[in-house]
Amino acid sequence: MGMTMSQKILAAHAGLDSVKAGQLIEAKLDMVLGNDITSPVAINVFNDGGACQVFDNTKIAMVMDHFTPNKDIKAAEQCAQVRRFADKYDIKNFYDVGQMGIEHALLPEKGLVGPGSLCIGADSHTCTYGALGAFSTGVGSTDMAAGMISGKAWFKVPSAIKFVLTGKPAEFISGKDVILHIIGMIGVDGALYKSMEFFGDGLQYLNIDDRLCIANMAIEAGAKNGIFPVDDITREYTNGRFKGEAKEYYADDDAEYDAEYIIDLSKLRPTVAFPHLPENARTVDEIGETEVKIDQAVIGSCTNGRITDLRAAAEILKGKKVANGVRCIIIPGTQSVYLQAMHEGLFDIFIEAGAVVSTPTCGPCLGGHMGILAKGERAVTTTNRNFVGRMGHVESEVYLASPAVAAASAVTGYITDPAKVR
Amino acid sequence: MKAQGIVHKYGDNVDTDVIIPARYLNTSSHSELASHCMEDIDIDFTKKVKNGDIMVAEKNFGCGSSREHAPIAIKASGISCVIASTFARIFYRNAINIGLPILECDTASKEIKSGDEVSVDFDTGIITDITTGKTYQAEPFPPFIQNIISDGGLINHVTK
Repeated sequence: MGMTMSQKILAAHAGLDSVKAGQLIEAKLDMVLGNDITSPVAINVFNDGGACQVFDNTKIAMVMDHFTPNKDIKAAEQCAQVRRFADKYDIKNFYDVGQMGIEHALLPEKGLVGPGSLCIGADSHTCTYGALGAFSTGVGSTDMAAGMISGKAWFKVPSAIKFVLTGKPAEFISGKDVILHIIGMIGVDGALYKSMEFFGDGLQYLNIDDRLCIANMAIEAGAKNGIFPVDDITREYTNGRFKGEAKEYYADDDAEYDAEYIIDLSKLRPTVAFPHLPENARTVDEIGETEVKIDQAVIGSCTNGRITDLRAAAEILKGKKVANGVRCIIIPGTQSVYLQAMHEGLFDIFIEAGAVVSTPTCGPCLGGHMGILAKGERAVTTTNRNFVGRMGHVESEVYLASPAVAAASAVTGYITDPAKVR
Repeated sequence: MKAQGIVHKYGDNVDTDVIIPARYLNTSSHSELASHCMEDIDIDFTKKVKNGDIMVAEKNFGCGSSREHAPIAIKASGISCVIASTFARIFYRNAINIGLPILECDTASKEIKSGDEVSVDFDTGIITDITTGKTYQAEPFPPFIQNIISDGGLINHVTK
């Protein structure tokens, strides 16, 4: 029986000719990731376990992105603990304020993950790197600690769901609309324990940022990973950037899938996930013009903080003003995205519109800082989760959308179809 | 290995943000995390939970973030076992890695009610609702997970 893309990467890293769904394997890791929230727990476990060395100081990444620049004393202490660990063990990929970006925007950009990589990260959105043809999945801090010690992790080989994307998306349709549509269709546990593997002629219309966004939210359907086949769009991004040895793995023709969905991208409409689950998807056509009044718009995060996301927002905000009573917060994903957006003049557009531009941080996405909601407030955001209390007060509401929808909504003060704002 | 206690019952898709809100993730202290466990879904949980109590929920328990703080907060609050119809995969892994016993059992998760007294035998996977007298069969841990648990968690397992 043939293997899926995910199964082939796992087999190669386990030193096996083939694997099948359900098999338990131990595999070698190319990258182990942690952030300022999950690394302290992993470091405690590492020390408690009596470890005194890491398996490879070039294959560990620690990114201070969640509560940074330090939001309070406790957050500062956590970063200090990670900084001391990184110094002691000479961790080469330690990223502090000034170099850091949001981890899942940063690692691909720095070339730390690429085609064929096997990566675990103590952050659920580690699945993002599947966009580059890697097998990459989120784990907890103990798995991170064990990975830092041994360079290995155990996996139960996942079965897969096949998503065939066809057709050309219309204007204003981005990767975010694709993944919100899919999660709306299969539910927040629709891919539980499985791989989401993407195929089809529609992939040629999805740029690398669209793909990173789609793979990023695979976890919101419960998936173990999301993965795209490597093509010219991937190679254009990873060639000369990826520091490892790129290996391309393609699914066998006779690979088995638990289910197959065909999605016509040309039929998709701008899509919004209503509180309090990412599966509560509605198209903008199903939302009344003044149905959802917003207090805040957030454009950024590991889902949508890349340069094409900021360009999409700028295209809408150019020459317009953020509505009275709305706070519009724009957060470039990395220092490099920040610099590029600045050079392209996007910050002039944002600031003249009445938006603010923040340094890279996960901040408001998880209700950390830099844009917390009060009781009863509503935000339209390009982030990835709209659970109860996710961005602040337990009685606040989060609506997930693309950068174009978030920017258009910031202008009108209500959740709005971007085509109506242009 | 066995557990017995009073049940705290929840529904579908209990996410890690309600198990331990991110605003408390500026600490890794187990007792401090436990003091905010379930706060955004059940404000009285920390007042009513007793050592050995059992948490029961329906599908996709622990969905969302990879924060190990979530199973840590549950374990440190005194919960001896979580029974659910299904678990989100990262939570499932984390619970095993830190030694919080979990069992998947669809009928038990639907029929057991808050306040019931329940016992669990981890070796056989048998769940008994002492209040109603009903028993349920869950899949016991596979051998490789039993090895991790018998070694005292993943770290002891890999450093053995």
